[in-house]
Amino acid sequence: MKEELLKRVVKGPDGVEFEVEPLRDYYCEAPPAVHPPVYAKIVEDLFNWARSQSIWILGFGTGCGAIEMRPLMTPRFDAYRYGIQWRPTPRQANLLVISGYLSVKTLKRAIRAYEQMQNPKYVVGLGSCTINGGMYWDSYNTIKRLDDYLPVDLYITGCMPRPEALLAGFEDLKKLIRAGKAEGANQYAENFDWYKTNQKRVIHDWDMPDYNW
Amino acid sequence: MRELHTRLKQLFPLGELTEQRPDLAFVTVPAAFLRPTLLHLRDREGFTHLVLLTAVDWLEEGQFQLTYLLTNRHAATTLGLRVMLPREDARMESIHEVWPTAATYQRELREMFGIDFPGSPRLHEEFILEGWNDIPPYRRDFDTLKYARESYNERPGRETHDPATHMKQKLYPGGA
Ligand code: SF4
Repeated sequence: MKEELLKRVVKGPDGVEFEVEPLRDYYCEAPPAVHPPVYAKIVEDLFNWARSQSIWILGFGTGCGAIEMRPLMTPRFDAYRYGIQWRPTPRQANLLVISGYLSVKTLKRAIRAYEQMQNPKYVVGLGSCTINGGMYWDSYNTIKRLDDYLPVDLYITGCMPRPEALLAGFEDLKKLIRAGKAEGANQYAENFDWYKTNQKRVIHDWDMPDYNW
Repeated sequence: MRELHTRLKQLFPLGELTEQRPDLAFVTVPAAFLRPTLLHLRDREGFTHLVLLTAVDWLEEGQFQLTYLLTNRHAATTLGLRVMLPREDARMESIHEVWPTAATYQRELREMFGIDFPGSPRLHEEFILEGWNDIPPYRRDFDTLKYARESYNERPGRETHDPATHMKQKLYPGGA
C-alpha cells in the first residue's frame, strides 16, 4: 500500500498532532446501494425521460477511440445539439465512455472515476477493444471484456467507431434509458462482490478502499 | 561516418561499422568503454543528443543488446552504439550523469527487460506497469499470449481471420 494511505500521526499548522487513517477518513466505506424505481410507473417514466435528456459525459479518454470524441465537441458533428456534453470531473458527469482498450493501470482509474460518479449513471463501451479485446486481445496488460469489470449499458462497435456511430449510439442509449433498461448502476450494486473479485483478479496492487466515492 | 569511425577506432576498441544509410550507422562497443566513448562523442564530436536507449533480447545467444542512439544535429548524422551484455543477471553502468534523460530509459529497461543500472535515479519505482508479478514482459521467454489468456477473461465467440486470405477472398471471390 502507498505510504500516503497508511495510518499515521500528522502535525497541523497550529502545532496540534492528530491521527489520520486515510482509508477511513477520506473515503466512504458504505457499499453502493440499489436504487429502486419510484412508486408509480408513470413517475418513473417521467424520471427516465428526464434522465435521457440529460447526458453528461466524463471527459476521460482511455484508448485510441478517445480521439473520436473530440470532433463531437466541435461544430462539424456537434453533439451538444442532442443534449450531450462533457464535464471535467466524475462528480458532474453521469456517463462514462470507455473509449477503447483499457490497460490494467487505466482500469484502476476508470473504476475510481465510475464509483465517484453519482446516480443515475451509465457506461458505454466504445470499440472492439472494450468488447472482446480487439487488436489488443493478446496483450499482457489490457483487459479484454469490459463488462466483467464495470456494468456496461451499451457497446458501440467499430475500430474505431466514427463520430456518426457515437451519435447513433447515444441516441440508442437514450432509448434504453427511457425504456428503463439502462440499469447498469443497480447491476453493479447487486453484483458488487462479483465485480470486485474480477477487478482484484487483474489489479494486483489494490491500494484503495473497495468502494470509493 | 567512415572518417569518424577511423578516428574513434584509434581511441577505443570499436567493432565494425554497419552503415544503414549515409547518415545512420551502428558500431559495437565493449561495455567498459561505453562511457568514455559517449563522453568523447558528446564533447568532441558534437553528438550532443541522446535520441534513445533501447534493448534487444537475443535469447538464443543469451545476450541483451543495448543501443544508444546519438545524433549530431549540425552534421545531421546519427550514430548507434551497441553494447552486448550477458543475459544472466544483466547489469550495465548507468549514464544518467552524461544525459539526465537516460534515467527514464533505464527505468523502463529495468521494468520491461529486467536490466539493472545501479545508481540510476528512481530505478526501482514502477514506471509503466503497476503491480506486475511475472518476469519482465519484454523478455522473449515471457509468453505474452499465455499470460493474456490466463489473466484476462475472454468473450467467447471471437473469430480471427488471417488478413491476407481474408482480403484475397473478399477481393477475388472466385479465386485468382
Ligand atoms: S477498438 Fe480500435 S480504435 Fe478502439 S481502442 Fe481498440 S484498437 Fe483503438
